[in-house]
Amino acid sequence: MKKKIDVEYIANLARIRLSKKEIDGFSGQLADIISFIEKLNKADTKETPPTTHPLPLKNVFRADTVKKSLTQEKVLQNAPEKRETSFKVPKIIEES
Amino acid sequence: MTPAGKYETTIGLEVHVQLATQSKIFCGCSTRFGSSPNSQACPVCLGFPGALPVMNKEALGFAIKVGVALGCEIAGRMKFDRKHYYYPDLPKNFQISQYDLPLAAEGSLELFGDGQRRVIRIKRVHLEEDAGKLIHAEKGDASLVDFNRSGMPLLEVVSEPDITSPEEAYEYLTEVKSILRYLDVSDCNMEEGSLRCDANISIRKTGAKSLGVKTELKNMNTFRGVKIALQYEIDRQKAVLEEGGKIIQETRLWNEAKARTFLMRTKEEAFDYRYFPEPDLVPFLIDRETVESIKASLPELPQKRYERFVENYKLQPALASIIVNERDLADFFEESAKGYPRNVQLIANWITGDIQGELNKRKLSMASLGLKPEAFADMLKLIDEGVITGKIAKGLLVDMIETGSMPRELVKSLGLSQITDKGALEAVMEKVIKNNPKPVEDYKNGKTNVITFLVGQVMRETKGKANPKIINEMLRERMGKL
Repeated sequence: MKKKIDVEYIANLARIRLSKKEIDGFSGQLADIISFIEKLNKADTKETPPTTHPLPLKNVFRADTVKKSLTQEKVLQNAPEKRETSFKVPKIIEES
Repeated sequence: MTPAGKYETTIGLEVHVQLATQSKIFCGCSTRFGSSPNSQACPVCLGFPGALPVMNKEALGFAIKVGVALGCEIAGRMKFDRKHYYYPDLPKNFQISQYDLPLAAEGSLELFGDGQRRVIRIKRVHLEEDAGKLIHAEKGDASLVDFNRSGMPLLEVVSEPDITSPEEAYEYLTEVKSILRYLDVSDCNMEEGSLRCDANISIRKTGAKSLGVKTELKNMNTFRGVKIALQYEIDRQKAVLEEGGKIIQETRLWNEAKARTFLMRTKEEAFDYRYFPEPDLVPFLIDRETVESIKASLPELPQKRYERFVENYKLQPALASIIVNERDLADFFEESAKGYPRNVQLIANWITGDIQGELNKRKLSMASLGLKPEAFADMLKLIDEGVITGKIAKGLLVDMIETGSMPRELVKSLGLSQITDKGALEAVMEKVIKNNPKPVEDYKNGKTNVITFLVGQVMRETKGKANPKIINEMLRERMGKL
């Protein structure tokens, strides 16, 4: 059975704009992908420990030592807008 | 009118604390506070594509310490997840946090401040990275972003909704801060943002089975602010219910200047963080030995120390709880008690009185005040030995703090010794009697309480170097003969 996917909602969460045609196209494709992945639900995982990472690695650390940061010039190099050494964005107001 | 106690309050707190590591949680940028904006940022904490985070081992060690101190179960296996949302302070558009496998869970914290013990359960403790800092320009239509804070190691401590009043919330925060400082894992400076707090709060009719609808409070910048904001929110919710209205689950921002909460403008869609495992960080296995060795290395924590202070030193619970709250204050007390064991209650009084006053005045911690416990104990001995008066001691304490000198040297160099020469005292007394005929007359006419005034005059003449008790006796004797 095919699942109905709310592509508009997902596109909105991802901040991408899609045309009506794209929405219809992706809707079908995503539903196919989900149905395919759902086959996994049938697999017997009683003896399988949960896997959250495909690599057979664990406990990768770095020591707590300070390394050189980028220069402020480099940090701000791609900023569309800046003021002194800060990034400038449209005003964010949190109160109603 | 609503009778008091008609409603009961349920509060849960989320505390975010910045861990005092040298470098950020997933990169080597410095965590120093107050640097020029964007001078401590790199491809990892700026969220550049392809940059890879690597876990700071010290941050995990600090976090385990806190988990153990809060009596939590430390997870044998933990992982990080991506929490997605869009905001200008978060350039990757996701925050690395922990979702379903947090570092620690199911702990508890015991409050003991007013001598009444209450247990607040801890739901979970998890690690995450901080976001950048937004500065809202006073003028114009711009906000400025500083990514120095982006990637700072944060520990989130979430309580169960076991807190029943704003006062208790304040006490809980004080206790959490105290523990973190004992562990030396954070400086907990709210002004610098190294400790932040959000609250969930609801009210319900006393005895009602299910909880009321809760609101989330944010933007409380001081412990006192938390207390006031919670009380404001309780009153607001009561007013809504009393008018027959309904509480709506929403996030409200505390505005300290206006002393009220405001509805935070919510986006159209509900929060949908789309958590999924962080593929750039592999899982972490924490073995029992590591946890046990950290447990064994913990210092004596405030609650245990409080019990010991009340039990062994027989301190008043109220004073004991103030002193144990700050580790260096409690250390100072114990060191002083070694040098002056005959009256530890007096030590406690000085610490919570004059010494605390000097700390507040100078905005310093005990450790940075430069007052040595041996010097302080010696000062108390000087009072007992009759070398100085209690009044002179108050000034001497300030001199000791300012010069770092031992009290006996200062008494000598400043000439602070108590005047014990009876002849000298009598001369001063005669002068005072001569210059104050009216009070002396009043005394003779039975208004004996003017003696206090006359003693004060003698103290003034001697710059506090006379013993008021002796002066009192001498004056009574002298005036009895007039």
